Amino acid sequence: MSDLLKSLQEAILTIDEETALKVTQELLDSGMEPEEILESGMTEALLELGRRWNCGEAFLPEVVAAAGIFERCSAIVEPALMAKADRKVSDKAIIATVKGDLHDLGKNIVGAMMKTVGLEVHDLGKNVPTEKIIEAVKELQPKLIGLSALLTTTMPEQENVIKALEEAGLRSAVKVMVGGAPVTQEWADRIGADGYAPNAPEAVRVALELTQVAA
Amino acid sequence: METVLESASRKVVIGPDKPFVIIGERINPTGRKVLAAQLEAGDFTTVEQDAISQVEAGAAMLDVNAGVPGADEAKMLVGLVELVQELTEAPLSVDSAMDSALAAALPVCQGKPLVNSVNGEEERLEKILPLIKERGAAVIGLVFDEAGPSMDPDERFRIAQLIVERAADHGIPQQDVLIDPLAMTVGAEPQAAVVALETIRLVRQELGNNMTIGASNVSFGLPGRKIINYSFLALAMSAGLTSAITNPLVPETPMTLMACDLLLARDEYGMNWIKAHRK
Repeated sequence: MSDLLKSLQEAILTIDEETALKVTQELLDSGMEPEEILESGMTEALLELGRRWNCGEAFLPEVVAAAGIFERCSAIVEPALMAKADRKVSDKAIIATVKGDLHDLGKNIVGAMMKTVGLEVHDLGKNVPTEKIIEAVKELQPKLIGLSALLTTTMPEQENVIKALEEAGLRSAVKVMVGGAPVTQEWADRIGADGYAPNAPEAVRVALELTQVAA
Repeated sequence: METVLESASRKVVIGPDKPFVIIGERINPTGRKVLAAQLEAGDFTTVEQDAISQVEAGAAMLDVNAGVPGADEAKMLVGLVELVQELTEAPLSVDSAMDSALAAALPVCQGKPLVNSVNGEEERLEKILPLIKERGAAVIGLVFDEAGPSMDPDERFRIAQLIVERAADHGIPQQDVLIDPLAMTVGAEPQAAVVALETIRLVRQELGNNMTIGASNVSFGLPGRKIINYSFLALAMSAGLTSAITNPLVPETPMTLMACDLLLARDEYGMNWIKAHRK
């Protein structure tokens, strides 16, 4: 890996925003593909931060700050990404934190990362009532819905959204993926979701898989 | 203003001149995967231990939550309430997001329980307040509404007022509403504790209601959580907090709170403090 990519990762991991933005621009100027900067630099840093978080070596303020830096670095590489021909037709995705749940950090990170792979992301926010999600599906006709729930008490709302989609006759038109700290693959299967991811980079992989199947 | 809670045999009084009341938080499968799996399998050994050890460690009341996703929460909550009442004399705080679970568990509670919780959302108020009135229980009011938690203490105070008024409409006296000023993690929002503390001051001065708070959230995602938690409780007590839902099994927490009782003249002749040190 190039030393610059490594220093981009390091800058994100140590919450050195100034360096992260500067190095991202330098990498782009050096002619590196924007996908590589995104995947091998920025995303890899968030994955490492996730690993550190899971074993208690990284802390919430660092995750919040790194997610912000990731978004601002994305803004630097985005024009180059969009300029590429294969990115022009983008699939729509709706993301939301379900009703009763006010935790939106994970959902925001997933949204920022989905944008970087060319999905047209419509973020409905947090504490979003099921009816509002159904309305948005009717209006935007997305290929994908991502539902976040961070509480065991709000997880059942993910199931309610899937049921409401069925009742509205929209279930077959859209793929549903679920996530959030207490959510598991088993839960996703139980409620009839199409996909589950334990972290943001994995969520992007699953999102791409699901939108391609739906294509 | 004094808030009285009761079990079959014990009375707990929450008030600004009374010793701070710890409501033990441990009987709650949220975020405790092992406990959730045990409950689903019908294994109650951890609950039994948590009930007894929390009371021994200084919890005057116990919070009981049975929220295991996918399980029959009403049935589970009734079972846990019955079990905990057999094991301890502590009055209970019955904790559920489901009104059907609360409706099932309240008739099983002995004495005068606390219900955790309502908030400023109309739907929730209309479903839960009649249950509180019918049972003669007390209730916790979280100061957020349909719009989610505000970072403006005045807005949180407005919702506290609203909950007290709505409770009064249903015939529930002011002293039976405990306001929860909301502790969110300072790990995600640096102002989180400051806003909670200012809300506590406003409620104390302008409304006079007793308060409780789910205190351990304040340190989520940070190292050294225990120190943050009991330091926050000391600050909150000074601002006017009268009880908290927290973990008494961290020995520094009940000791810090007892020292604060002494310092804030809530421990007559310092006898609680002296007794704790003679053990």
